[in-house]
Amino acid sequence: MNELRSKVKELLGSNALELFIGYERGTRLPRPLLAASAEDADRLIFDEYCTGNLAVYLTRKDLVGGKKTGIAASYYAMRNICRLLDENQLQEGAIKIFGLTPEGTLKAFDTIADVRRYLQETPAPSKQVEDEWVQEIDAMPAAERWKFWTSELSKCFKCYACRAACPMCYCTKCIVEVNRPQWVQPWAATLSNMEWQINRVMHMAGRCADCGACGTACPLGIPVHIIAHKMAEMVRQSFGEPAGKGAVLSTFNPNDEENFIR
Amino acid sequence: MELKYIPKTSLNAWLAKVKDSGRQLYAPVAENGKTNFKRVSSVDEISMGHVQTAQSAKGVAFPRTEKLFSYARQQGSVTLQDYDPNALPSTVVFGLHPCDAAAFKPLSGIFGWDTQDKPFSERMQRVTLVSLSCSKCDAFCFCTSVGGSPGNADGSDILLTAVSDEGYLVEIVTDKGKSLIEPHAALFEAAPEVSKAELLAHVEVKFSVDEVERKIADAFESDVWKRQSARCMGCGACAFVCPACACFDVQENAKGAAGDRIRCWDSCGFALFTLHTSGHNPRGTQSQRWRQRLLHKFSYMPRRLAVRGCTGCGRCSRACPVDMNLSEHLKELESIHRTS
Amino acid sequence: MSTEFEPKILAFVCNWCTYAGADLTGTSRIKYASNVKIVRFPCTGRIDFMLLLKAFAGGADGVIVSGCHPNDCHYTSGNFHARRRWMLFRGLLDFLGIDVRRIQFSWVSAAEGAKWAEVVNKTVADVRELGPYSEYKKAAEFLAGNEDVLLKEQEVAQ
Repeated sequence: MNELRSKVKELLGSNALELFIGYERGTRLPRPLLAASAEDADRLIFDEYCTGNLAVYLTRKDLVGGKKTGIAASYYAMRNICRLLDENQLQEGAIKIFGLTPEGTLKAFDTIADVRRYLQETPAPSKQVEDEWVQEIDAMPAAERWKFWTSELSKCFKCYACRAACPMCYCTKCIVEVNRPQWVQPWAATLSNMEWQINRVMHMAGRCADCGACGTACPLGIPVHIIAHKMAEMVRQSFGEPAGKGAVLSTFNPNDEENFIR
Repeated sequence: MELKYIPKTSLNAWLAKVKDSGRQLYAPVAENGKTNFKRVSSVDEISMGHVQTAQSAKGVAFPRTEKLFSYARQQGSVTLQDYDPNALPSTVVFGLHPCDAAAFKPLSGIFGWDTQDKPFSERMQRVTLVSLSCSKCDAFCFCTSVGGSPGNADGSDILLTAVSDEGYLVEIVTDKGKSLIEPHAALFEAAPEVSKAELLAHVEVKFSVDEVERKIADAFESDVWKRQSARCMGCGACAFVCPACACFDVQENAKGAAGDRIRCWDSCGFALFTLHTSGHNPRGTQSQRWRQRLLHKFSYMPRRLAVRGCTGCGRCSRACPVDMNLSEHLKELESIHRTS
Repeated sequence: MSTEFEPKILAFVCNWCTYAGADLTGTSRIKYASNVKIVRFPCTGRIDFMLLLKAFAGGADGVIVSGCHPNDCHYTSGNFHARRRWMLFRGLLDFLGIDVRRIQFSWVSAAEGAKWAEVVNKTVADVRELGPYSEYKKAAEFLAGNEDVLLKEQEVAQ
């Protein structure tokens, strides 16, 4: 913790960084801190409870735009950062990434290539809980799945916390904010809530880091991250591990295999 | 104010009778780790173990989505089906806390400002609020800092306070409340001699709201808004769980020649909220939207409607994905230096 | 007249293959079920997945999506892109409990008039077996005078 503080202070002091996106102590769990001064940096923490995905701030032009930025990145945030670079949303030279190894030691990355290597070498944090959800839901008959999801999504009041918390939801104009055509009805109702989630997850196909921030953010506890997790799983099963540039749906393989087209 | 006592064993019987008298009963129901107000079909569904429900009770008078009217066009003529208040059911909300009951006052202020809002006022007339004083609180509660208290009867029609595990002190605040009790008077007993204050949760006073209101009235240009809102992600969770937030959007559910006009919740935290057709957005950044949220609640509403837009329920802070703790921010605002 | 349930089927087809194929079905005087309404698109790659949901919300009981066979796309790769999209979309709908048996994807070339008739007949027969898709439509009709659903919605809103 002190190591990160002193490093960030040094980087901010020497103008190597203008902003550091990290964590500070929050009411219950660590919360994001956008540190711009040595004074701010003194509040930084970085431990195993710091799991919130801070990469969401990197595409916020009003906060980060043009600034040399450092970030305390969780495993999944690093995945997001690589993806954002692939999508030309970030500039490689402009961000400095700090991670926490599974053993809890601070790791500073010099290049994105280092981050990518680290992601390959390090096992991803467990998704056992999510896997169990998916298995359980998959095992239901279709009518029961419909009942489960309509009941869950009927609660949604469209605060769009799932969208706000997602580093990959960086569109300046979201599909739910356009009305020509109005794909998704803008008020909260079971079906339009479900159609919003379908859109969100389809737009995430092959881009989603599977961090679960959408589900954590939901103030009503709707397991929307399970839909995203299922999508990530389907992408992996159908098209393998996403590699490099090009989203899963903006590219193709002539040999893609399905079993439902007549 | 009339005082009575109801034993715990009679409470459910009373609620069941109230429900069977043709009223809808809304009460807290626990489901998947969250408690929310729901229309219950049996009083056994009611759960009382929570400190605060995830959402407030405002939906009984201000539903998240509501049809204002429908229309159908046919060969040059239009038939209009206007809002029908007679179709609205009588509703009893049980188990809301004093902060929620108190929040109907700012809501009524907004919906009654200048013009009476028909859907809201018609619903309000049919709603009876049976509140429950708080015997426990958490770190997010701050009703006592904004002029409320865990035993505040303002806004409630009936206020219950747990005397022990055995029963409740019953304060009958309004005639509406009285009419719920009188037909079932046999279930109620004479009020015991108790000090109500001792039965309540201790909610710490965290700041002086008068000082906050004095400070922020001049703080429009302060950089504090930018600092505080840096981590805000711009979702609408805080507004939607807030018992006093009243912003709405009006939308069209058009299906060819027929359709409905719909009112649904909106939030000043959304970038789209103030976006003009020209593309200009007078509140273009999140810090401006955060400032609006706080000034609206603690400056504009007290000045224009003589009621504060916050009752200290703490839901916004519990719901916030990035822990934008409101009482903490207000505490900071209390001590900022005045800017010109 | 039969009182048997007549499913409403909406077909989203590409201009270059299936639409021409369906035209051939007609000019070849092959009879097929009249339950289908065809919507022509430049390419299967252009068919937004939301259109399928809109079809169900608007009262369709079944949907056909059809275009050029792989490698035959007029725009080279539109159908390959579409195929990927349908693979994920279909899985996602299934996960959410939306009845994917009501969506038939197919490749029908401009020369396959007979196949088009067969695809339509099969889909109509399948959907007739399944009955009307009332679940989705009912969910979509919220606020359209359906007060019971409205009340249920509000119940959850509290």
